[in-house]
Amino acid sequence: MGKRETFPLKQETDIVLIRQRVRKYAEEAKLGIVSQTKIVTAASEIARNALIYGGGGECVVEACSRDGRSAVYLCISDSGAGIADIDRAMVDGYTSGSGLGLGLSGAKRLVDAFAIDSAPGQGTRVELWKWR
Amino acid sequence: MPASALAELLKTYESELLEEWIGAQRAAGLRSDLIDLDTVVSNSRELLKLLAVAAEQGIDDLGARHWEPVRGMLERLSRAQSRQGFSPSETATFVFSLKEPLFAKIQQHCGAASLNEIWNATRLLDRLGLYSMEHFMAGRETVIREQQESMLELSTPVVELWKGVLAVPLIGSLDSNRTQVVMEALLQKIVETESEIAIIDITGVPTVDTMVAQHLLKTVTAAKLMGAKCIISGIRPQIAATIVHLGVELGDVITKSSLADAFVVALRELDVRLVSRPVLR
Repeated sequence: MGKRETFPLKQETDIVLIRQRVRKYAEEAKLGIVSQTKIVTAASEIARNALIYGGGGECVVEACSRDGRSAVYLCISDSGAGIADIDRAMVDGYTSGSGLGLGLSGAKRLVDAFAIDSAPGQGTRVELWKWR
Repeated sequence: MPASALAELLKTYESELLEEWIGAQRAAGLRSDLIDLDTVVSNSRELLKLLAVAAEQGIDDLGARHWEPVRGMLERLSRAQSRQGFSPSETATFVFSLKEPLFAKIQQHCGAASLNEIWNATRLLDRLGLYSMEHFMAGRETVIREQQESMLELSTPVVELWKGVLAVPLIGSLDSNRTQVVMEALLQKIVETESEIAIIDITGVPTVDTMVAQHLLKTVTAAKLMGAKCIISGIRPQIAATIVHLGVELGDVITKSSLADAFVVALRELDVRLVSRPVLR
């Protein structure tokens, strides 16, 4: 197991820090520039969701490998209201707030593996992988 | 032992305490580059006087009204010191260095009750020290906030490239506050210069996520309502790939990869042609 860090997610400036750190990890994993931008953008989307809809939480960034390829793993969790209907939340254009409704579905398309776990009142936990 | 024993001591031995306190502060090291001895002496004298008055009416509740002058003075002093570049320890030392002379006085004059009095005094000075620390930090935070605000303004210039063509070179991460400032500045400038075309250049924006895209689209729509056409330039390949995967529709917004390309489009829109001057022999 590689380097692993946990970041708090309590205010908008935390998202900036998380983006910077994720970019660093992506560079160290030797991801291409497009892949780097994709994982950073996905992290930004999910972190913002956790902050705005989940009331804040934390973000774990880890350097790992998958089938011999270096990878970046992210786990962003909050203890907010959770998502009642995950399938519906994953549909393009659906939002419970005022955004474009592309954050979750868009983030899923940006990464190589995506997992979401949520239930009403249980908070939300999103895992993202991007590998070389 | 009455609570006023401390007040009694502070009043009776004021000048002695002052002298020894100054001595203790000098021993701890004064920042002679930031503050002169006269100021230290007058600050110390003022605090001692205020302490003596406040302590007379009880030292248990620093939040009480009669502690207001002391709190006010420490607040002012700590905030000022945080701006002047004192370190936290240097600021805290001001209050804490009073312990030594004060405890010595208590030991000399309170006899059997001195342990109890020292306990009272140390609790009081600790709380005052923490109080001054809180305001030292608050001062720092004010400075940081001010810097953030001035950076907001610095980093959002709207420039006129040509009569009727504006450009906004965006640099750094775009949060809601900044986009708000950019949008307002741009709309204002459109009115002032009667511009028809505004170029928003995002070469310096490292991440374009759905929120940034949404803010950009809102700015474009607002500019359109003011009668100006927007061009978004500086879209790098990796940003383009990301926007596609995110599924963001930029609609009928004109986009260009570089500011130069966008400028050419703008000139064409305005029916302006740039020709190189023929070489004269």
